[in-house]
Amino acid sequence: MTSALATLPPPAGAPLTKKILTADHPTWCPGCGDFAVLHAFYRTLEKLQYPHEKIVTFAGIGCSSRFPYFVNTHGGHYIHGRALPFATGISLGGDDLHVFVFGGDGDGFSIGGNHLVHTARKNVRLTYVIMDNSVYGLTKKQTSPTSPIGFKTKTDPTGAIDQPINPMRTLINSGATFVARSHATQVNHMVEMMLRAAKHDGFSVVEILSECVEFYEGAFDASIPRKGGTWTLIDEKKNDGTPEDTLRHDTADDIAAFKLAQQAWPGSFGVFYENKNRKTKNALEAELVVKAKERTKNASDLAVLQATFSKMR
Amino acid sequence: MVSPNTPETPGGTASLAAAPQSIHDVVIRLAGNSQDGIQSIGGFLARLAGRSDQDIMTYMTIPSTISGGPSIFQVRMGTGEVLSAGDRADMLVVFYQHSYEAHIGSLRPGGVLIYDADHVKPTEGDNRFTQVAVPITTGTVEAVGGTSKDKGKNIYVLGLIARIFDLDGQKLGALIKERFGGKNEDVVRNAMLAFDAGYAWPQNNLRDLFFRFEAVDRAIAATGRPQVTMDGNMALAYGLIAAGVRHGAGYPITPWSSIMETLRAEFPKYGGLFVQCEDEIAAVSTALGFAFTGRLAVTGSAGPGLSLKMEALGWAVMAEMPIVVVNVQRGGPSTGMPTNVEQSDLLQAIYGSHGDTPRVVLAPRNVEDCFYIAIEAARIAREYSTPVLILTDMGLASRIEAFDEPDLSKLMVDPSPDLSDRGVDFKPYPLDRITRHAPAGSKVGTGKYPTVTGLEHDELGHPTGSPKLHVQMTAKRRNKIKALGASLPAPECVGDEEGDVLLVTWGSNWGPGREALTQVRAAQVKAAHMHLRHVHPLPNGLEETFKRFRKIVVAELNDEGLYGFGQFTMLLRARYANPDIVSVTKTDGLTFKISEIVAGIGRHLGSDVLAASGAANQNSALAKK
Repeated sequence: MTSALATLPPPAGAPLTKKILTADHPTWCPGCGDFAVLHAFYRTLEKLQYPHEKIVTFAGIGCSSRFPYFVNTHGGHYIHGRALPFATGISLGGDDLHVFVFGGDGDGFSIGGNHLVHTARKNVRLTYVIMDNSVYGLTKKQTSPTSPIGFKTKTDPTGAIDQPINPMRTLINSGATFVARSHATQVNHMVEMMLRAAKHDGFSVVEILSECVEFYEGAFDASIPRKGGTWTLIDEKKNDGTPEDTLRHDTADDIAAFKLAQQAWPGSFGVFYENKNRKTKNALEAELVVKAKERTKNASDLAVLQATFSKMR
Repeated sequence: MVSPNTPETPGGTASLAAAPQSIHDVVIRLAGNSQDGIQSIGGFLARLAGRSDQDIMTYMTIPSTISGGPSIFQVRMGTGEVLSAGDRADMLVVFYQHSYEAHIGSLRPGGVLIYDADHVKPTEGDNRFTQVAVPITTGTVEAVGGTSKDKGKNIYVLGLIARIFDLDGQKLGALIKERFGGKNEDVVRNAMLAFDAGYAWPQNNLRDLFFRFEAVDRAIAATGRPQVTMDGNMALAYGLIAAGVRHGAGYPITPWSSIMETLRAEFPKYGGLFVQCEDEIAAVSTALGFAFTGRLAVTGSAGPGLSLKMEALGWAVMAEMPIVVVNVQRGGPSTGMPTNVEQSDLLQAIYGSHGDTPRVVLAPRNVEDCFYIAIEAARIAREYSTPVLILTDMGLASRIEAFDEPDLSKLMVDPSPDLSDRGVDFKPYPLDRITRHAPAGSKVGTGKYPTVTGLEHDELGHPTGSPKLHVQMTAKRRNKIKALGASLPAPECVGDEEGDVLLVTWGSNWGPGREALTQVRAAQVKAAHMHLRHVHPLPNGLEETFKRFRKIVVAELNDEGLYGFGQFTMLLRARYANPDIVSVTKTDGLTFKISEIVAGIGRHLGSDVLAASGAANQNSALAKK
């Protein structure tokens, strides 16, 4: 039970801290990578200092999709794979809200795969964090859309045989306007990626490799230096005119982003692609309203509907 | 027998017009191909009737092939209230031989067949009908001239009908100008040429075929409000706007699409938006996302799409999130008969989701009611924080009716979301009252922000596996819908207080049911008609009414199922455990004919009088007296 003291609201105008943002204790297994993602999200929100009531934490179904219960903001736990279209309604309905969607690889790339493509294409203003563990964990070890070929699961006891999704390639191709990749063992990097994603005006996605210690231990060791792996950061172009800058990655160049996405496992981490020019669906819909209101000369709702009925006499 | 091409009396003035034969109402069926613009004839007649004292109901079929192929439009015009599209036609206008062959069976004995002499050869010597050859194609081509070929045949026929039924040619001309006014002048001129040619033809050739509608009793007709004319889908869309709905999401499917098209164009004028989604599931999800921000939203579909939305609707029941879902029923299962009418989605609407999911289902009774039921659906969704489904159907979707213009100034609902601060006692799921969500954007006094959820939860929205809480929360979700049922008014019931048969209808069967009652009572059977707009939950007190009748006959457009009862009948039998509740069902994809209901009642009563219903064999209203 919480004490009466603990339920007292923070004083008005107090900065948002991890303490205020913490809600239920996570149900994840000890050692799960998702704890670090949650910690990085608290730190991101601490840096952003949005008005508390304007933040939304939303998710579908899966281990990582329990996220909203652990964050003290307006939130929701929806059905499997459909968090993005729901969040689309949140973003378009409340244009001043800051919408963060969390989910796993099954939720995002399998059952929700089509929604990912269309939310990206429409460039709805929201941030989507995919915690990719390359396995179905909540249902106890079945093959996921990012499981590598040969990975043994309960549905592929002799090893996975289907070609896995390449998340970066899929996202760039779908028209997402901010595409980044991070790792649950790199908290500072996660915070940096989430911050940039949140500040991006459009559909921003951060894929985070987050190990499932229960059903896919060691999945991402190849990218963890202390386990003998290599951690390769994307060296972004600085536009400083130096000769070495020409060799750096231009995040505005989708072909270059594709090439990065084609690297051999475990690949690079950082911002693959960022398009700052494409209008959001939020902005395009708002323009339709402005144009329509110009045509009706800002008439009241009653006057507009009455005029419509008068034409049908 | 009218002789076509009666020679004009040279210089005769007496023959300008014979005295018109007075009629109460008439059913005109027009049959051609879909590119002939037959629907627009119906549209013009409907709007004319709306501006006159005649009432009108139309019936339209468009084949699911996109263009070409047979198309019909049936219009029933009359004095006073017209309740159904009419069983059989008094006048049949056919454009092609195939139209003639397919529809001559629908013409009543003594009726008038008008056929395009350029395309149709009717059976010779068929003296059941008055056969009138009109050179529709050549008449149009001659009148319009130029390169437009036979385009305008529909307007020519409109002129023809206007003259035969002594309609107000000036008002019709004005309507044509309004309709084509936005296009170039040639279009208006050609249309008027075709209209005038059609209007002139009977005057010169058909002087004996001349009718006039009975004068309306002014005391009854005077409602003081002008009439508006539209189809059911439009009425529903504008009802949602009046209801303060400004957000929505959908995916195209016949016959729902025209609602989303209207809302996509209209919502921005009111500061809102409608999202065309990638699929049906995304559509219901986006609408729920709007509701999460405090903006009640609409989604909709037809049968197959409603099935796809079911998981999300179960979530909405669990999370107690309000939403309005329109389902324009069509023939099922699967793709079924997408341009035909059926009422076979009822059980899906009520029970389609997994788990115990009490929610609300309403069904409009006619086009006018599509407008008002949208307002009621939105009110219930907000008040009870629940999904509300509106079961309309293909029949209402495209049917054009004229009705009293709603008093919008009294009906408009404020669409603003309630983003006020929530107090320190705020709970998202209180057990002792109806949920009132704190929408995203509103401050919560406890400093503890809620998570709306599809998991079973405690009062604060935390997931729980507690059996006790699942029992309590299940009861909470059930009891609020029961409370709504208790608050509903008794359904409309007309006829005898007690007697042999109570006819029960729901949804669009209201009109045919009411006309059937008139015929049943005319045959000296003591009967009443009860109509339900609220199909789930049911209003209280129905059992008292049921007890006063020997048989309760439910007429519905779906299959009798494995046990011999339609879907609504099954519900009523289960609810009231009354074995006298029986069904009249059918699945031919068409709206009920009055005679089918009357004959069905006759079968259940064992009444020979009703079983061989006279309605089907009635002579045409246009038959020579």
